[in-house]
Amino acid sequence: MAFDMPTERWSGKLNTVTIGAGTRTSTVTVGGASTLPFLRFEGERPNPPVVAMEVLDEPLDDMPPALAAELGDVVGDPAAWAKKCVESFGADLICLRFAGANPEGKDKSPEDCKAVLQSVLQAVGVPLIIWGCGNYEKDNNLIPVLSQAAAGERCVLASAVQDNYKTIAACSLADGHLVIGEAPLDIQIQKQVNILLSDMGVSPDNIIMYQTTGGLGYGVEYAYSIMERTRLAALSGDKMMSMPMIAVVGSECWKTKEARLSEEVAPEWGDAGVRGPLWEATTATMFLHGGTDILVMWHPQAVAQVKKTIAELSGEGA
Amino acid sequence: MIVIGERINGMFKDMKAAIPAQDKATVQDLARRQLAAGARVLDVNVGPTSDDPVSAMKWLVETIREVTDCPLAIDSTKADAIRAGIGLAGPNSMLNSSPGDEAKLDLYMPLAAEFGCDIIALTIDEKGIPRDANGRMEIAMRIVERAMLNGVDLERIYIDPVIIPCNVPDAGHHPGEVLETIRQVKLISDPPPKTTLGLSNVSQGTSERHLINRTYLVMCLAAGLDSAIVDPLDTELMNAVTTAELLMNQSVYCDDFLRANRP
Repeated sequence: MAFDMPTERWSGKLNTVTIGAGTRTSTVTVGGASTLPFLRFEGERPNPPVVAMEVLDEPLDDMPPALAAELGDVVGDPAAWAKKCVESFGADLICLRFAGANPEGKDKSPEDCKAVLQSVLQAVGVPLIIWGCGNYEKDNNLIPVLSQAAAGERCVLASAVQDNYKTIAACSLADGHLVIGEAPLDIQIQKQVNILLSDMGVSPDNIIMYQTTGGLGYGVEYAYSIMERTRLAALSGDKMMSMPMIAVVGSECWKTKEARLSEEVAPEWGDAGVRGPLWEATTATMFLHGGTDILVMWHPQAVAQVKKTIAELSGEGA
Repeated sequence: MIVIGERINGMFKDMKAAIPAQDKATVQDLARRQLAAGARVLDVNVGPTSDDPVSAMKWLVETIREVTDCPLAIDSTKADAIRAGIGLAGPNSMLNSSPGDEAKLDLYMPLAAEFGCDIIALTIDEKGIPRDANGRMEIAMRIVERAMLNGVDLERIYIDPVIIPCNVPDAGHHPGEVLETIRQVKLISDPPPKTTLGLSNVSQGTSERHLINRTYLVMCLAAGLDSAIVDPLDTELMNAVTTAELLMNQSVYCDDFLRANRP
């Protein structure tokens, strides 16, 4: 007897968002899906998920050896780091995070950060995500400088939160960038942030949603549920929940002891050079199933594995 | 809830004047305002304004089509006016409505099949409006049977259990019977037909029309009503719908839910 695959009819569809313009030599388009992730028998997903590799303006003090070995001597030179991510590891975008601007850390000036941004813009042609330091006051001084330095490049500015969104919204409008709306694993706050940004004049087509996530073993199930619920709301026609989603995987995974501990300390956990990337790839794969459109990742082996998974699940070469 | 905007109807004062005068601006303004307020479908009814309902219906549909491609519910008791309206309205239109007696169903179901449109069918027949839910369900089953015989997709059927004004003597039980019908219709078939309600009738001739309308609409939504023919320009009514949908977990809460979740 022939088997009829039961399918759901959805009334909504995800917004389609294109990142990159101006001097960028490539652009990235995400969103547009009319069904849950990878249900190819049920609907369309014209734009498969993409991988952004993260570059830090200042290297970590305690870079895990498994990561340091793979990235090599480019860590410490953001432009060279970004170039290697694109040319050697196939990054679709670069996520440039200005952790060094944080007043509790190196407290780098907006002008110093601007020079870093300009060097990265010159080094690579892929679109950029520009992520502030997370300190509201500092970001409100930093983001306008960075936004202006990249005017017309259609970058993604991060991140707007419920208590601090006006400056970043104004920057996106003035300089033609997209905005990441962030929520602390809370679907209601995510929706409210999207409304607040819309009220400021940011088109829903220029917003990407970010729920703070953890690494595998650290509450990812809850993040997955939130992502799934968000996607179901979008497919049911909720226009304020129809933006593509981004997940920050690399930095979260490499905080976990499971990814970091060396085999000398934890011999029963096996080779740290395999374990760390696997931890990151597994976390990323789970978020893919939750509906993430952009993954921000660190380890090149994890990136390669996840890109292969995306291709297979999207039906390429099947 | 699928909101069917009721305001383009010759029974209303502004439309009673606009239709014979061929006043396009009034019609188009009402179409735009209802859509902006959350209507997904616009009801189109020439009312008692014209000796030539076919021409009046054609003029109304063409006038509305100049400003929107939204689905139209072509509302008439005259089959030729319905046919003319649906022909012009195009795909996704609704036929509003067929009574539930066999003769009328055998007239309108083939028309719905021919145009591939949705159809509203009333639980009323040659004997009138049934007293209780059982009587309404008998007619609902007849509606589903005639739909299947005529090849009309059951998801295109909207059953209207017909509410009568709550101030009609000895009719106080009707609102409860309609609620029960809304619940039971969902058990008829798989997929079940949808339900709709010409809401404003419940408050006809009463002193607190808006309050009665929105209170009863929320009760019907809780019973599973899919759609209603209402005045979307009644802000309090639309706020009640938005809030009811939120409380039934059909939408995601946020502090600005009244704006964000407008149907």
